[in-house]
Amino acid sequence: MKNLSIAMKMLRRNAQAGEAKVLAAALFVAVASVTTVGFFADRVRGALDRQANELLGGDLVVIADHPVPRPFVERAGSDGLDVAATTTFPSMVSGQAGVSLSEIKAVSRSFPLRGRIRVADAPAAPDREAEGSPRPGTVWVGVPLVSRIGAAVGESIRVGNATLTVGAIITREPDSVLDFFGIAPRVLMNEADLAATGLVQVGSRVTYRLLVAGDARAVARYDARVRPRLERGERIEGVRDARSEVRVSLERAQRFLGLASLLSVVLASVAVALAARRFSIRQTDSAAMMRCLGAAQADIFAINAWQFLALAAAGCAAGTLAGFGAQAMLAHWLSAFFTVALPAPGWRPAVQGAVIGMVLVLGFTIPPLLRLRNVPTLRVLRSDIAVAEPSSLVAYALGLGALSALIVWQAGDAKLGGIALGGFAIALGVAAVAGYGLIRALSRLRAGASGPWRYGLANLRRRTGSSLVQVMALGVGIMAMLLLTLVRTDLIVKWQKSMPADMPNRFAINVQTDQLPLVKDYFAGLGLATPDLYPMVRGRLVAIGERAVSPADFEDQRARRLVEREFNLSWAQELRPDNRIVAGAWWKPGASEAQLSVEEGIAKTLSIGVGDTLTWDVGGTRFGAKVTSLRKVEWDSFKANFFVIASPGVLESHPASWITSFHLPAGREEVVNRLVERFPNVSVIDLTAIMGQVKRISDQVSRAVEFVFLFAIAAGLVVLFAAITSTQDERVFEGAVMRTLGASRRQIVLTQLSEFLAIGLLAGLVAAAGAVGLAMVLSERVLGVPYEFDWVVPVAGLLAGGAGVAIAGLLGTRKVVDSPPLAAIRAVT
Amino acid sequence: MNAIIEEERRLAAAAAAGQPVIVRAEGLTKQVSTPDHDLVIVRQASFQVAAGESVAIVGASGSGKSTLLGLLAGLDVPSAGRVWIDGEDLFAKDEDGRARLRGRLVGFVFQSFQLLPALTAVENVMLPLELAGARDAAARAARVLGQVGLGERLGHYPRQLSGGEQQRVAVARAFATEPKLLFADEPTGNLDSATGAQMIELLFSMNREHGTTLVLVTHDEALADRCDRRIAIAGGVVSA
Ligand SMILES: Nc1ncnc2c1ncn2[C@@H]1O[C@H](COP(=O)(O)OP(=O)(O)OP(=O)(O)O)[C@@H](O)[C@H]1O
Ligand SMILES: [Mg+2]
Repeated sequence: MKNLSIAMKMLRRNAQAGEAKVLAAALFVAVASVTTVGFFADRVRGALDRQANELLGGDLVVIADHPVPRPFVERAGSDGLDVAATTTFPSMVSGQAGVSLSEIKAVSRSFPLRGRIRVADAPAAPDREAEGSPRPGTVWVGVPLVSRIGAAVGESIRVGNATLTVGAIITREPDSVLDFFGIAPRVLMNEADLAATGLVQVGSRVTYRLLVAGDARAVARYDARVRPRLERGERIEGVRDARSEVRVSLERAQRFLGLASLLSVVLASVAVALAARRFSIRQTDSAAMMRCLGAAQADIFAINAWQFLALAAAGCAAGTLAGFGAQAMLAHWLSAFFTVALPAPGWRPAVQGAVIGMVLVLGFTIPPLLRLRNVPTLRVLRSDIAVAEPSSLVAYALGLGALSALIVWQAGDAKLGGIALGGFAIALGVAAVAGYGLIRALSRLRAGASGPWRYGLANLRRRTGSSLVQVMALGVGIMAMLLLTLVRTDLIVKWQKSMPADMPNRFAINVQTDQLPLVKDYFAGLGLATPDLYPMVRGRLVAIGERAVSPADFEDQRARRLVEREFNLSWAQELRPDNRIVAGAWWKPGASEAQLSVEEGIAKTLSIGVGDTLTWDVGGTRFGAKVTSLRKVEWDSFKANFFVIASPGVLESHPASWITSFHLPAGREEVVNRLVERFPNVSVIDLTAIMGQVKRISDQVSRAVEFVFLFAIAAGLVVLFAAITSTQDERVFEGAVMRTLGASRRQIVLTQLSEFLAIGLLAGLVAAAGAVGLAMVLSERVLGVPYEFDWVVPVAGLLAGGAGVAIAGLLGTRKVVDSPPLAAIRAVT
Repeated sequence: MNAIIEEERRLAAAAAAGQPVIVRAEGLTKQVSTPDHDLVIVRQASFQVAAGESVAIVGASGSGKSTLLGLLAGLDVPSAGRVWIDGEDLFAKDEDGRARLRGRLVGFVFQSFQLLPALTAVENVMLPLELAGARDAAARAARVLGQVGLGERLGHYPRQLSGGEQQRVAVARAFATEPKLLFADEPTGNLDSATGAQMIELLFSMNREHGTTLVLVTHDEALADRCDRRIAIAGGVVSA
C-alpha cells in the first residue's frame, strides 16, 4: 500500500509525459474497438436468445419437405402438447396495382403458439397485437405488398386461383427476426383456403412445419420419441438447437467484425510496448536513485507497475464507454438486417474489454519494467553504465502469446483462429521485411542526398527499429483503409461492368410441361426472344456407389444440408456454352447408357468422382446413373444452372416443372403481369430486387467493417505518436545542436520532414503493395474479373502515408524548432 | 553617463590596437527562477573582445562560465543586457536570425561535446559545412579531422570514440567552417597533456593564420596563459 501511494504521487508527475498519454490512448483505442463489436454482438445475441422460441413459433418444430406424417401430429396430441401447422412456399400474388412474388404461409387456426403477430390497418398506422391468425377467406400481407400490388385492407388479391380479402397489414411476425431477403413479402393465409389456390402441386417448393408447444418435460419427451423416427427430408428444431442459418451467418459476420477489431489491438500493443519502453528508460535514473536509497527490487517493480495499472484502468474505462457509444452506430448501420428492436447490451463485453486492456498492459509493459528492476545502483554515479536489456523476443513472448490466444478465442475455432493469426503474422511479417529492406535501401542513398535530407535519412537508419515499427503499423493501417475504400468500390464497379447489358434479370419458375409451347408463344407474340426453358425434377440422392448417403456421414454443414434436401435434377442433350467440362466427357448423341454430369464444386463437397454411380429417389422410384463428367458452371451469369444434369432418357418419365431466365427491358413490367395472369402457377423472381438487396446488405456490412477499421487507423496513429514521443528527446537534442551550428529553421524542419516523409512514404508503399496484392487475389480468385492495375491505389497510399505522417510528425516535434538551443539541451540531457 | 564614457574609452583603445570589436556584451544578466528563490547566474556583465584576440574565461566551478559563453553565442537568451557580434545586435534577432549569424561567423565547442549520435565523425564535421552550403564539405571535413589526429576514424560513430576523441571531433566541427569567432567550453578538459598541447597548438594556429578570435572557457593554466587576456568570473560577476 505504501508503494501504491508512492506510485500515485509519481503518476501525477508522469501523467504529463508523452508516454503516459500514449499508453492511455493505445488502450483506449484497443478497448473501444473491441467493445464496440462486443456490445453490438451482445445485443444481437440477446435478440436471438430472447426470441429463440418466438423465432421458431413454438417450442419445437418438425420441418419436412412433404406433409408432416400423421403419427407425429397424433403423438403431439396424445402427449398433451399444443400443435399448429404451417405450409410455406413462394408464389406470385396479384392485386389491382400489379403482381409480386411473395412468400405464402398458410397456417392452422392455432398459429402462432409462441409470440404474437403484430398488425396494423395501414402501413403507417399504429400497430397492435393480433388475435390468432387470418380467418378463412382473408389474408394478412406484408407492408411492401400494399404499394406493390395495391393490397390495402379491404381490397382483394389473387393467390393462385383463389381470391382473398386483405384483413390486416403485418408489421411484425414472430418467426422472422431478420430480414435478409425481404424481397418476397409475406402473405399469411388460413390453411382452409390452401386447396382453392391450386398452388401446391408437383415441383413447387413447399415447406411443411408442425409446431408444438407445452410443458418443457412433455416437449422433451416428444423430442426424444420423434427424433429417432425422422425420415429423409424431415428434421426437428428445438429452441436449443435452433442454430438457424441466420444465426450461423450472423455469428460468422460478428466473428469477422471481431477479428477486424483485433487488428487495432495488435497495433495498439506496439504502441503500448513503445511507450512502456520509453517510460522505463526515463525512469532508469530515478530507479537507480531509489535503489541507492534502499528500495528493494520488488518495490521498484510494484511502484512502476501500479502506475501502469492506473493508466490502464483509465484507458480501459474510457475505451469501454466509447465502445458503448459506438456500438449504437454499428446497430444503426446494420439496422436493415433486423426487423425487431435490439435489446440493450449486457455487461459482458465490458469485461472482455478489460481483459484485453490487461493483456496489453501486462504482456507488453512487464518486460521493460523487469529491466528497471535490474538497474544497477552504480548507474547513479556513471550514467553511461548500460542497463541489461532482457532479450526482447523472450520478454515479449508472454504478450505475444496472450495476443495470439486472444485472436484464436475471438475467431471462435482453432482453424479460423489459425488462419487469422497467420494472416496477421504474414501481413506484419511482410510489412516488416519490406520495410526493413526499404529503410536500408533508402539510407544507402543518403551519401547522394544533400544537406538536411542526408541527416533525415541518417536518422532513419539509426532508428531502424523504431522506423520499422512505424512503417509496419502505419502500413497495415493504411492498407486496411485502401482496401476498404478505393479497392472495394473499384472491384465492385468492375464486377458490375463485367456483366452484359442483356443479362437475365428475371427468373420464371414452376412452368408446367403442358404450358411450354404456350409460354414460348407468349414471349414470341410480344416480340421478345423466346427464352430457353430447362426441365427440373426433384430427387433425393440415396447412394454414391455402394455407399448409402445420410446427412450424418458428412462433417461439412453445406454437404449435410445438400443431402438432407432434394436436388433439382435436369436433363439436356447438349452441353451449354456457359458450362465447361473439367473431367470426363459429355455424352455422345444417341448414347443409351444413363449418364450424369455433376458440377465440380458439389462433386468435391460430396466426394463424387467420374465413374461413380449415383442412386436417386424421385417420387418413390429409384434409379442409378453413372457420373461421366464434371462441369464448371458460371454461377454469376444469372442463368438457371443445375448441380446435376442427366443424359436424355433418364428423367423424362418423371413429372417435371420448367425454369427459365430472361431479360426484361425496363418499363415492360406488363410482360410479367400478363404472364402471371395467364399462368397463375408460374412464379417470377425479380433478380434486380435481389441484387439490390444483396448490394444494400453488402454496403452495410462493409460500412460496418470500415467503421471497425477506423479504429485500426486510429491505432496506427497512436503508434506513430508513440514512436514520435519515444524519439522526441533525441530530436530536440539534434535540433538544438544543429541550431548551434547555424542551421536555420527551414533546414531543421527539412531534416525532420525528410525522416517523417521517408517513413510515411515507405508505409504508403507497403500499404499500396499489400492492397494491390490482395485486390489482385480478390479480383481474380473471388470475383473472376481480370485485375487491372490502377495507379490511384499506390498514389493514394503514398499520399496518405507521406502527407499524413509528415504533418503528424511535424506537429509532434514543434518543440524542436521553438526553443533556444541551451535550454533544449539542458531539458533532455 | 559614466558607462558611456567608459565605453568610449574602450572603443578608442580597441581602435588604437587597429582591430574592430567583434564581441561586445552590455549589462548581460541571466537569472533563473527555482521553486524557492531566484538565482542570478550571470550579473551585469559588460566587456568586449577585439577581432583576432584570444580571451580565456576563468573561474571556479559553478561560477557561470558556461552560461556566459552560451549567452555570448546566442544559445540562450539573457534576462537583461545585450550582445553584439561583429556589430550585429544578437538578441534583436529571432532564434532563426541568431542561428544564421552563428552559421556565418561562430564556431562553438560544448563542454560535453554534443555530437550527433546518428552521424559518423566525418558527417558530424560536415554538418556545419553543409548547413552553410559548402560544396566540398566531405573533403574539408576529412582534412580538419586529420588536423586533430582523427584521420583514421572518419567513419566511426561517436559511441565508438573515447571521450577525448569525441572532444577533438567537437573541436573539428567547430572550426571546420573557419569561423571568425570560436567559442570553446573546456576544449582540453578531457585530454591528456600531450593531446591537450596539440589541441592548443591547433587553436592558436587558427588564431594566427586566419585571425580567428578565440573565446575559451578553461581551467587549464597552460591554455589560459597562452591567451592575450583573461576574463575572470566569480559568482556570476565578471571582472575583465
Ligand atoms: N537553467 C538553469 N536553471 C537553474 N540553474 C542553472 C541553470 N543554468 C545554470 N544553472 C546554475 O548556474 C550555475 C552556473 O552554471 P555554469 O554551467 O555556467 O557553471 P560553470 O562555471 O560552467 O561550471 P563548470 O566549471 O563546473 O562547468 C550552476 O550552479 C548551475 O547549476
Ligand atoms: Mg561549465
